[in-house]
Amino acid sequence: MDVLSILYPVLSLGGLALLFGLGLGYAGVKFKVNEDPRIPLVRDALPGANCGGCGFAGCDALAAAIVEGKAKPNACPVGGDASARKISEIVGLAVEIGRHMVAFVRCNGNSNTSVFWYDYVGMQDCRAETHLAAGGPKACGYGCLGSGSCARVCRFGAITVVDGVAVVDREKCTACGVCVQECPKGLIAMVPYDNYVRVACNSRDNGKAVRANCSVGCIGCRICERACGYDAVHVNEFVARIDYGKCELCGDCAGKCPTKAIVCE
Amino acid sequence: MNLMAIFLGGIFVNNFVMAKFLGTCPFLGVSKKIETAVGMGIAVTFVMALASAVTYLVFYYILVPLNITYLYNIAFILVIAALVQLVEIFIKKSSPPLYQALGIYLPLITTNCAVLGVTVLNKTEGYNFLEAVVNGVAGGLGFMLVIVLLAGIRERIEYADIPAVFRGFPEALLSAGLMAIAFLGFTGLIG
Repeated sequence: MDVLSILYPVLSLGGLALLFGLGLGYAGVKFKVNEDPRIPLVRDALPGANCGGCGFAGCDALAAAIVEGKAKPNACPVGGDASARKISEIVGLAVEIGRHMVAFVRCNGNSNTSVFWYDYVGMQDCRAETHLAAGGPKACGYGCLGSGSCARVCRFGAITVVDGVAVVDREKCTACGVCVQECPKGLIAMVPYDNYVRVACNSRDNGKAVRANCSVGCIGCRICERACGYDAVHVNEFVARIDYGKCELCGDCAGKCPTKAIVCE
Repeated sequence: MNLMAIFLGGIFVNNFVMAKFLGTCPFLGVSKKIETAVGMGIAVTFVMALASAVTYLVFYYILVPLNITYLYNIAFILVIAALVQLVEIFIKKSSPPLYQALGIYLPLITTNCAVLGVTVLNKTEGYNFLEAVVNGVAGGLGFMLVIVLLAGIRERIEYADIPAVFRGFPEALLSAGLMAIAFLGFTGLIG
């Protein structure tokens, strides 16, 4: 056993590695691709969650698209105004700031207020439940199933299931929109963050059917339409909808709503 | 004559994918379109040929004199990794669309066992320098041949009316299996 048997492998392989490293370094300089210097800057201004909420493969792809002009500086729903401003400065485009949006689950029918036809004890997955008889155990075919498929896809921990209904924490929500895609009932909508008057029901059943299934559902009575002084609430297909552009947050509709389907929190 | 036998044998009889089942990851991964399959084939051929040459020199002029031949696997992987990096830098510069199309499979040539396979085979068969390079080129061309053939098959199957359960990966695996049986027919072509 001599020292050389250790020294030779170390020196020869180390020398080879050094040689290849130098060669690659030279090749890297020689074949340098002149990337737009703004791309890494835009990349840094993005949140880096790689969630895909923008529709591109990830933050790198979006950064390249923004610099090439294929996407707008505010294309990232997660970064919000702050990142949109930074990116606009980098690429020199006018700032286009939208309203700060958050996800909202349009259902309030928890285990006390809603009628259930049967107990479901299977896989906790909303998509699986929709394939059951009558589209799930809830009598209301439009309501939240409460298995939390949306909560599992949320990368920001903003959704929790409370008493059988998914609830979005609007402070944590980044408006990436992944839950909107996930909900098999199409219950989750994007609403303005600061608009706290919302209709927590999506049932298109008529009033009688809603009353039979749920005590907090919208029955389409149109009392809110009359209560609203700003022409912001309208009932269509037996469910009230608030025009967030017109709503002045007075809360009159929520106060008059007989079933408390309009929430003002 | 010996070189010719190694060349033809490398492409058809001892095809790395069809007869030795090496390099199946890029074979299945990059065989959706003929153009990218050709690009991948060229990249693998280049890396195989160069790796055969460089590993021959490394083995017989560094490892053998120092009596450390037991390190051949590590040394060969080092050579292959460096070569793949070189190819990647070169393709990124010369052909961005090909770089985009090959994507993750380009750096994965490093771990393509067909490349390591050809260098180890050169060593165990005791090929001289020229034979090793010919074997490397033949191995690469054989890989290119089958990946382009499979890409052609998959492009046509794409439009065929096949059951939904066979769409995508199952159809690729079935095609690859049938191709391997067909390549069995080349056995005995040489010597």
